[in-house]
Amino acid sequence: MTTVVSAQNLGLTFPTGDGDIVALSDVNLTINKGDFVSFIGPSGCGKTTFLRAIADLEKPTSGTLSVNGMTPEQARQARAYGYVFQAAALYPWRTIEKNIALPLEIMGHSPAEQSERIARTMELVNLSGFEKKYPWQLSGGMQQRASIARALAFDADLLLMDEPFGALDEIVRDHLNSELLKLWERTQKTICFVTHSIPEAVYLSTRIVVMSPRPGRVTDIIESTLPRDRPLDIRETPEFLAIAARVREGLRAGHSYDGGAV
Amino acid sequence: MTRLLPVLTILLAILVIWYGAAVPMNANWQVTLNNRADLVDVPLTTFAQQTWSQDKPVLPAPHQVISEIWNATVALDISSKRSLAYHGWITLSATLLGFAFGTALGVLLAVAIIHNDASDRSLMPWIIASQTIPILAVAPMVVVGLGAVGLTGLVPKSLISMYLSFFPVVVGMVKGLRSPEAIQLDLMRTYDANGWQTFWKLRWPAAMPFLFASMKVGIAISLIGAVVAELSNASGGGLGVRLLTGSYNGQTVQIWAALFIAAGLAAILVALVGSAERWVNARMGARA
Repeated sequence: MTTVVSAQNLGLTFPTGDGDIVALSDVNLTINKGDFVSFIGPSGCGKTTFLRAIADLEKPTSGTLSVNGMTPEQARQARAYGYVFQAAALYPWRTIEKNIALPLEIMGHSPAEQSERIARTMELVNLSGFEKKYPWQLSGGMQQRASIARALAFDADLLLMDEPFGALDEIVRDHLNSELLKLWERTQKTICFVTHSIPEAVYLSTRIVVMSPRPGRVTDIIESTLPRDRPLDIRETPEFLAIAARVREGLRAGHSYDGGAV
Repeated sequence: MTRLLPVLTILLAILVIWYGAAVPMNANWQVTLNNRADLVDVPLTTFAQQTWSQDKPVLPAPHQVISEIWNATVALDISSKRSLAYHGWITLSATLLGFAFGTALGVLLAVAIIHNDASDRSLMPWIIASQTIPILAVAPMVVVGLGAVGLTGLVPKSLISMYLSFFPVVVGMVKGLRSPEAIQLDLMRTYDANGWQTFWKLRWPAAMPFLFASMKVGIAISLIGAVVAELSNASGGGLGVRLLTGSYNGQTVQIWAALFIAAGLAAILVALVGSAERWVNARMGARA
């Protein structure tokens, strides 16, 4: 199996006015090709920081981190990943198709190839027919789908998603979760997914990384035993609930370290 | 109609106050005139009409100003030295040239400031200091100074316009070019976009609303700059010169007519920038 992301003794500290904040401490993790890895934990546990370190948006202060066998910076320069932010971050002056074209323009794809890729990715996220709309004309869920299409457009094998559905209501979120699974199945991408929803993490992932704050660290890594093909009602099965219970356990263990009690 | 009614109401109120004020302001001179002509017991209505039709009133009545504007524009040959259309065009061309210079300079300075910390710290104090100097003091020095080296006419005046109009553009564009959110800049970084791409695909379009807001202020003060510059060089013509000669000769009607032409020009220019803004907005997908 090919290793996509590998972190050894990774640490990241933010210097601030009143002392350093240890965002990540001693993180060891390997993510293989085709994995769907979720990072779950309370605010301040460093899950987003870890994702941003993979994306070379933050610089680790200790340990090693490699992406596709390269440094994160080289990987970013090689356009090795697509990043989906918490907010859709669509440019309001561009239509949906022009937003998806943005990375393609920057990476120098020909106009013909741009339109071919736009059509393909918009179909992939079920947005066909909305090419000429502006972002404000779309619902929040559709905007976030457009931002996923934008991250998929240049065909990076790694997809980094930072709480992409965090701002959406549960009905839309369920729908997008199952669509995301289908998309993952079709594209065979490696996905790193940050969330603070236990059902979302368990439903989506092949592996769940449980993290805890102060300092941000990994407290548990759970291999999912669920089959790859997951209808939404798999969430009622005992197997699903057992994994969810273990995630909850891991989160609680992280908290007892923090408070000292329990 | 519902939008027109408040405007007309205000206009009517202004006219009433104006005509009302013209009577007491011109009364002294009218009394003197009537005494000289041995007119006694003039009825109030006749007296009011007299104060509204003096040759050199302290406050001319609206219809006097309007007829002066008409006589000095439509009714007069455009090449005449007394034509306000001729003088208006002189001022307008200096305004537009200065505004173009000022906008370009403002944008360039803003680009330098956002891309370079050193220029931020070194330029900004000078830019702000430049606007604390009274333009009335600077304009004659520039106009006379450049005249001494043989540069007269349009360019010195447009330099004053530029001096005034670059400032709102710098301030607005620095804010505008810095307006993209962190997440939008991060996105560009994940694409490994270069500075040029980040500028043209993100910072520049994000700054458009700021640019137009600044340009609306800039074009209005460009006109003021041109008029002020004309006060220092009466030979070149322009609305400023008409104001000046009007005040030398006590031609209040002429002063008011020139003022109204200047104000009308400014309103038209601001409206033009506004419609350019709407056109750009529509092309950038803004909500109607």
